[in-house]
Amino acid sequence: MQSESALRLVWIYPDLLSTYGDQGNALVLEQRAQRRGIPVQTLHLRSSDPVPEGGDIYLIGGGEDRPQILAAERLRRDGGLQRAIARGATMLAVCAGYQIMGHTFGGEEGQPVAGLGLLDIESGRGAQRSVGELAADVDAALNLPTLTGFENHMGLTRLGSGVRPLSRTRIGIGNGDGTEGCYAGRIVGTYLHGPALARNPALADLLLSWAVGSALAPIDDTWFDRLREERLAAVLPPR
Amino acid sequence: MSQLPLRAQVASALGRTAATLSRMTGRGDGSVIGGRVGLVLEPDLLRQLAQDRKLVLVSATNGKTTTTRLITSALHELGDVATNAFGANMPAGHVSALSQAKQAPYGVLEVDEKYLPEVLDTTGAGLVCLMNLSRDQMDRAAEIWQLAQKWRRALAGRPTHVVANCDDPLVTWGASTAAQVTWVAVGQRWKEDSWSCPECGGPLDRKGSDWACRECTFRRPEPSWVLDDDTVIDPYGRRWRLDLQLPGSANRANAAMSLAVVALLGLPPERALPRLGEVKSVAGRYTTVEREGRHARLLLAKNPAGWLEAFDVSDAALPIILSVNAQGPDGRDTSWLWDVDYRILRGRPVFVTGERRLDLALRLDVAGVPFQLAGDFSEALAAQPPGRVDVIANYTAFQQIRSEFGRAV
Repeated sequence: MQSESALRLVWIYPDLLSTYGDQGNALVLEQRAQRRGIPVQTLHLRSSDPVPEGGDIYLIGGGEDRPQILAAERLRRDGGLQRAIARGATMLAVCAGYQIMGHTFGGEEGQPVAGLGLLDIESGRGAQRSVGELAADVDAALNLPTLTGFENHMGLTRLGSGVRPLSRTRIGIGNGDGTEGCYAGRIVGTYLHGPALARNPALADLLLSWAVGSALAPIDDTWFDRLREERLAAVLPPR
Repeated sequence: MSQLPLRAQVASALGRTAATLSRMTGRGDGSVIGGRVGLVLEPDLLRQLAQDRKLVLVSATNGKTTTTRLITSALHELGDVATNAFGANMPAGHVSALSQAKQAPYGVLEVDEKYLPEVLDTTGAGLVCLMNLSRDQMDRAAEIWQLAQKWRRALAGRPTHVVANCDDPLVTWGASTAAQVTWVAVGQRWKEDSWSCPECGGPLDRKGSDWACRECTFRRPEPSWVLDDDTVIDPYGRRWRLDLQLPGSANRANAAMSLAVVALLGLPPERALPRLGEVKSVAGRYTTVEREGRHARLLLAKNPAGWLEAFDVSDAALPIILSVNAQGPDGRDTSWLWDVDYRILRGRPVFVTGERRLDLALRLDVAGVPFQLAGDFSEALAAQPPGRVDVIANYTAFQQIRSEFGRAV
């Protein structure tokens, strides 16, 4: 974290939470920033190290129950992420990491485990696993195209009044109540793998624009667009 | 084994007929359908077929089929061996394999990681070989820490002797409840799933090949067998040079595990080694197929750790064809592509195909690896200049290519 001008990405605890290609979200943000001439520094933050408060974008991924509980405990004790968010940093939280951002989530035996309370949500364990492609219409205020991705979780998430749903599902389970993910301020939470930003480059650009404080120039999205078209056509009825 | 009850004999015979039909009609290797027919007729068949044999179960995320083949090849020094050579690694495949060699005193069975507890329980196998555990097909497979936990429960309180790779912390943890363990140090290329202690969740510190938890007493056990580049050091300190036809360090690791397993069955390295050296390809893996002057070597890679091993084997001077599907056996989630570091392919002609070629195309685009897209494998092969090319494909993509060439073995 030396350079003042570089965009600082902090990938939180890949040693605990990165079992589903979560690295892809960091790689997509790096590529899309660099193609616009924005230099990027990425920190792969181990769970034994303190969370730096000076990051611009924080990423946290998915994982098994036990590492999820460990990660929540360490982040609560550390406090660095909470201070960064209070300062206005941007965050993408995926799956287990999404649940950690809430008030509570379900542990190995379904017991409630305290999260960070950065998102006004509560998560528990559902009766069956939600696995498969998901497609959803994004909240109109964000002005983003259809959300696409792959979900694989047992979570049910109840949204409180302090967040807005990220999207309304057309295919898939998401939060379990017809919505998928949520956002508040500059924090976006989602159940989606794929990874989410590889399948939704406009969401990646939204996070980048929050972090750099301005709109971004368009770039060549050929391969992103072709993949999106194929995936959406595979699950949605033809228009 | 010849004394199977009548019901089991009939079940086993009908299963073999179904297997033959499957092969004759070109639908498959016949290794699963035969066993399914048998198991429906006699659920206890696997236990009965396993009785009175010296049985080895082989499990891991990667290298199961190859290690099963290597152990089988070596054990032929001692007698007949029943084995599921074509990777049909669930109970139906085991029934099929054992019914096809009823008199064989030895059995070597590749076992799917999830099914290991069940198969161990049913067969009461005396030996289990465990090599590695890493992320694999997350949309349907159990998560790997839970998997290792199930291994621990299954092994506890049994007389089974385990041969396990102590360079993989999760495998070490999974094996360490067994009554007897022979630890073998064969390395671990993919480390992304073992940064934290499986026992307590603390950070694992690594120094060279050694590892230890910073917060509890869990640490790498002292190995009795060690793989040192292309040499295996046995428990007596003798050094044995591996002379394999199978390429790459992953196969040297598989061979070292095999030597430790067969030694426990009384077969010394000097008799096992020449047999290991005879194995050239395994159910299509590493085989070379030819069409119109293009010689394509087929490498199977099903998950991030497998891709690292395939890159290690692949000849950097050659063009490469990559094929990715996402059918049920592959896992329908292609997110794992983002865990593979493809930058090593920069500078090589790269061709991308398979049913999920667009997922791979985007992945390579983000990695800054130039590539060409091909509609199918034939198109990708035809685009090559005459000569050699390497092919890396995941499971069903690999089987599709293999089928195009008459189920090449």
